[in-house]
Amino acid sequence: MLPKKVKKRAFLLAICLSVSVISIFLILNALNKNILYFNSPSDIKLNQNINFEKKMRVGGMVKKNTLKIYDQEIRFIITDFKNEIRVSFKGTVPNLFAEGKGVVAEGKLQDKKFFIAERILAKHDENYMPPELKNVTKYNAK
Amino acid sequence: MFNFFNNSNIFIWIEKFINFLNSIFFVLLLVALSFALIFSPPDYLQGDSVRIMYVHVPAAWISLSSFSCIALLSIFNFIFKIKNLKIVIKSIAPIGLMFTCIAIVTGSIWGQPTWGTFWAWDARITSMVILALFYFLLISVNKLIIDEDRANKISSFIAAVGLINIPIIKYSVDWWNTLHQPASIKISGTSTIHSSMLVPLLLMFLVLILYCALIFLMKYKTEIIRIKKKNLKRL
Repeated sequence: MLPKKVKKRAFLLAICLSVSVISIFLILNALNKNILYFNSPSDIKLNQNINFEKKMRVGGMVKKNTLKIYDQEIRFIITDFKNEIRVSFKGTVPNLFAEGKGVVAEGKLQDKKFFIAERILAKHDENYMPPELKNVTKYNAK
Repeated sequence: MFNFFNNSNIFIWIEKFINFLNSIFFVLLLVALSFALIFSPPDYLQGDSVRIMYVHVPAAWISLSSFSCIALLSIFNFIFKIKNLKIVIKSIAPIGLMFTCIAIVTGSIWGQPTWGTFWAWDARITSMVILALFYFLLISVNKLIIDEDRANKISSFIAAVGLINIPIIKYSVDWWNTLHQPASIKISGTSTIHSSMLVPLLLMFLVLILYCALIFLMKYKTEIIRIKKKNLKRL
């Protein structure tokens, strides 16, 4: 049997821990939408009250065969395989930006289907492999 | 039994162990670094900047695991009042802070060429910064509060609250949309990192763990010397 003092301390600690777990859970729950670093095209489609003046981030995959490079701007489509959004961007893109890869665009929505980006970030996926294996696409399967 | 845990006895064992670690550490470091920097292939997409990962990922693992260690030990210490644990906690904390900072700095150096930005306030990176703040709090509480009993209590509570942050860091990439990529190495299921890169990664992890052990033992030794200087037979 444990001494009474030890029990008391354990009880105190357990109470403090559970209170802080619950409060942090509630805080995170309340902040849920703000913790997201970017919105997917589906999020934007479902969102009823979008502030078109405010800067926001849209993320997803660059749809294959949609990247078009003009003199002053590039255009492409961000997709999450359910919904799509067209993006226009003037400026330089990071090295890893490519068709079929993840991307996060920062800028303003014009309407629910068109987005003007001010900055492009590339999102790297969790696959690491040597260049010889690049063509073995099966390797990516889960 | 109790004689074995006597500080003088521990001191002798630590000396022996430090010598042993010193003898193997540099050889292993050379092997691991040559694997990480020379023999491992570049990534198909990132090229050579993937090599930053060999420091970044082990540093992040160590920072998370050492905080969990600290938190569990301080909870134990708070409940059962085992004085030796306090020295252990004091010795781990600076190592954890250092590796948290290494993980953040190497991550942002990697982020510039790959993502196109040094910094992003996404869930993973922000929670790592919070972890660094927790380490900082723990260390400063132990340094600034002179009354040992009080410092002990306060730092136990800080560690216990900080423990909640650990699963948040781990699962932040799964729960929310983040710029940071999800974990490549999974405990269950296949890893999405090729074995030719996994081996140097694990080697680097081993070497950095050894480095941690080395620093930890040295720190523990100085703490014992500090106690001896106060002329106390026991804690």
